[in-house]
Amino acid sequence: MAQTAGLRDRAEDDLRFIRDAMGRAAAFTCVPGKGGIAMGAVGLAAAAVAARASSTREWLAIWAGAGVLAFEIGVFALLHKAARADHRPAGTSARRFALALLPPLVAGAALTAALSAAGSYAILPAVWLLLYGCAVVGAGVQSVPVVPAFGLSLVAVGLLALVLPERGDVLLGLGFGVGHVLTGLVVARRFGG
Amino acid sequence: MASAARSRAAGKDRPKKAAPGSSQAMRLDRVIHERLRLGIVSALAGAPTLTFTQLKGILGATDGNLSVHARRLEEAGYVACSKGHDGRVPKTEFRLTGGGRRALRRYLDHLQALIEATKTR
Repeated sequence: MAQTAGLRDRAEDDLRFIRDAMGRAAAFTCVPGKGGIAMGAVGLAAAAVAARASSTREWLAIWAGAGVLAFEIGVFALLHKAARADHRPAGTSARRFALALLPPLVAGAALTAALSAAGSYAILPAVWLLLYGCAVVGAGVQSVPVVPAFGLSLVAVGLLALVLPERGDVLLGLGFGVGHVLTGLVVARRFGG
Repeated sequence: MASAARSRAAGKDRPKKAAPGSSQAMRLDRVIHERLRLGIVSALAGAPTLTFTQLKGILGATDGNLSVHARRLEEAGYVACSKGHDGRVPKTEFRLTGGGRRALRRYLDHLQALIEATKTR
């Protein structure tokens, strides 16, 4: 009886292992390295320009524009890499990726609108970094280890932004800019594209 | 040549003695039953091609271990390997062969059958 249960446990564990390896490989082929570097460049440029903004409205417009541009670059690079690898970005792994990534981003957009309306701009960098960090950790769980590690570093920088709200632009530049560039370099060099 | 290597590989990994009452387990393909080899085959089923470095990242394996097990799969005809260069850097790329895909399908069927059989007991 115990031997039967052992065999079944091993078989179920094998099935989970197979699914996980397939999912990691599929998710992995879609993580864009060069796209990440380009997103980081947008983040660094936005940090430099936003630091000189004359009003909070202008500051918000710069970061919102940079966010939309970086998102578009990310989606384009992901689809381009998947197409180049002859991998169809659909199915379970793509659904999991989108389900992990999108809710924190939608929450970030909603909180940005609410906090801006309340005039609480100082807390926005922390909110963006924390939510984007959660999105990257969730979406990157099945990918190569550098991706969730990047997500965790974003959360750490986000926590720092809660303590140092006056350093918002520097910390956003560090998280969205330097973080994306470094992660993109690692992915592009070690894992292609 | 390739079929001789395949037979050799299959022979070497064939279980000498099966556990009593585990006829399904006995039928499992020993070439891909080993954890890292199963990981290689599964990862290659999820992506058209993967380089040595990519496989290492996905499976968290060491160079030596991955190299040994990838060769084993190549000898069995489950994985095809092509060597080239990316600039000056040597690049080894793997893909799953038709035989490898069929072997994984069989292995999955056997696991499923094993789970079903042990559930009804």
